[in-house]
Amino acid sequence: MNFEEHAGKPLLKAAGIPVPEGATATDADGAAGIAGKLLAGGGKVVVKAQVPTGKRGKAGGIKLAGSADEAKGVAAAILGMTIGEHTVGKVLVEQATPFTREFYAAVINDPETKGPKILFSTLGGMDVEEAAEQDPNAMRSLAVDIRKGPDAAAVRAMLDGAGLDGLEDAVAEVLIKLYDAYTANDAELMEINPLAVLEAGGLIALDCKFTMDDSALPRHEELAKTGTPDKLTGLEAKGKELDLKYIELEGDVGVIANGAGLTMTTMDVVRHHGGVPGNFLEIGGESYTKGTEALSLVLDNPKIKSLVINFCGAFARTDVMTEGILNAWDELKPTLPTFWSVHGTGDVEAVAMLKERLGVDPLPDMSAACKAAVDAAKNAGDA
Amino acid sequence: MIIRGNHKVIVQGITGKQGTFWSERMMEYGTKIVGGVNPKKAGTEHIGVPVFGSAVDAMKGLDGGFDVSILFIPPMGAKAAALDAIEAGAKAVVCLTEHIPVQDVMYMMAAAKERGTQIIGPNTAGGVTPGECFTGFMPAFNDKIFRPGNVGIISRSGSLGTLMCLNVVQAGFGISAFVGIGGDPIIGTTTRDALEALDAFEKTEAVVMVGEIGGAMEEHAAEYAAKMNKPMAAFIAGGAAPPGKKMGHAGAIVMGDKGTYKSKADALSAAGVAILDTPMDVGPVLKERMG
Repeated sequence: MNFEEHAGKPLLKAAGIPVPEGATATDADGAAGIAGKLLAGGGKVVVKAQVPTGKRGKAGGIKLAGSADEAKGVAAAILGMTIGEHTVGKVLVEQATPFTREFYAAVINDPETKGPKILFSTLGGMDVEEAAEQDPNAMRSLAVDIRKGPDAAAVRAMLDGAGLDGLEDAVAEVLIKLYDAYTANDAELMEINPLAVLEAGGLIALDCKFTMDDSALPRHEELAKTGTPDKLTGLEAKGKELDLKYIELEGDVGVIANGAGLTMTTMDVVRHHGGVPGNFLEIGGESYTKGTEALSLVLDNPKIKSLVINFCGAFARTDVMTEGILNAWDELKPTLPTFWSVHGTGDVEAVAMLKERLGVDPLPDMSAACKAAVDAAKNAGDA
Repeated sequence: MIIRGNHKVIVQGITGKQGTFWSERMMEYGTKIVGGVNPKKAGTEHIGVPVFGSAVDAMKGLDGGFDVSILFIPPMGAKAAALDAIEAGAKAVVCLTEHIPVQDVMYMMAAAKERGTQIIGPNTAGGVTPGECFTGFMPAFNDKIFRPGNVGIISRSGSLGTLMCLNVVQAGFGISAFVGIGGDPIIGTTTRDALEALDAFEKTEAVVMVGEIGGAMEEHAAEYAAKMNKPMAAFIAGGAAPPGKKMGHAGAIVMGDKGTYKSKADALSAAGVAILDTPMDVGPVLKERMG
């Protein structure tokens, strides 16, 4: 789950990393009110669009203001703006912070070392891709044994020769605190970009990107409420409610399969035969009893012109999945051309059930089933 | 490691519904299950084997100890169970559980590395050594899918791996071992680890790898495949998938351009591996490569 800047920064602050003072508003008057308070001590404020995507500055979603009135105007312009695929509904109003340098700092889950990795670069304030283009060797990294946490001397050593001009100890301290924020919140990614050097001296986190490991959500129920749920279509939201993995796609061939790998492959084979899948829907694992819900979900998409049902049972029993689909079939009586491929655990029972209740045989393999579904969708399109 | 019929196996979580059901299937097939673990039922007997309070107790209490532990444990309890098995001195731990918090997984991995324990998974359907044993929840007893033979199969996905075995058997070949490595981003036995194990396994004469988009495991496996003598074919799932959940920026830079279908297919092709357009192509390719 992604967290917007305003939800991530308090976690940095809790770990002892300085962040600018500020608050969020959902309308221009609210933004003006916050700006008024922050400007009492002079200086400027920065008004920042809160959307879970990068490149906010380039899109015009980050603006400075020198007065409450100006902040109101800027906030009115930013609120309602579209950045990426997100509509801005919230702004963060913060004290603007004059700085001299920008660094990059992050802690990530690293599949190579199978542990956490601390990253640091002096090329901050830009995309990591951009920074990598500018200097592929700028990124420094340190693998950490999660049982022990980062070793202070090793963190200090990773900064040797980075050109920090005496800031090494201060940066090392921030990196260790960032690591604490990463572990305390079950992060996949805890990133500060930029980590700025203040004109007045010292370091401050001017942005925060935090992604929580979805598998850890059950142990962070309160925090999860401040996260930004994935943007879902109506059907995807319904799928989520039913606890099914459903992704709506642009094509007209419906896909139901068990297991992520098999479902992806079914989509590949539909493409291979010149068709375009209309959805990803897998009912494997513990949701294999949800055939009924799965069929109704696929049928709810008016773009779908044919359907391929591809089961290969291991843990998920094909007879249980087939029975679920057939129960929904009796109720919904769809006219959609549907092609089956059924193999693995429970297949003898499943095939008998298909014959008895629908009067159909599965096709010999998934390639034949996908091809038949692609042809049927094309014919329906021509008609 | 390839789990064999003579390995002594315990099941942590043996008394649960799934643990019981699949332990019985494994025993029927030939897996040498010698005990189970449930802290609340220590000292009792379940489906004919003794139940211990911990894997450490099982190692001490069983005559000759055990080699492998299979975890039928819910996500939030998996770390403690795996650490118990590692401390007990298990040679391998098969971790079937899906949705274990990744930081728990990394903790398990660090402990396993230190003790030399091989973790398989998490989020794997298990493995099958046809004619000998199976671990996890695989339809090993279906001989249309797991007929014994000389082709080794590696797969992240249980269902897709099963389909690949089916296609191999339909083409007239048999399976030497199926290694389900699991679908999580961080796993104990990588594609390359499994490839090395199958290369060293005397019953295996060819390898079929079932990969997926994401990560860099297939690219690493390609480095080993380049110097392997046994013929190899690979199918990579997800070529038609739209760009999915974006990796974090930091992840993107660590990975570089690895993770795409093209990157994997190119790396494997360059290593002399036959790339399969669909899983159904495996038969003809094996016939050609195995002569």
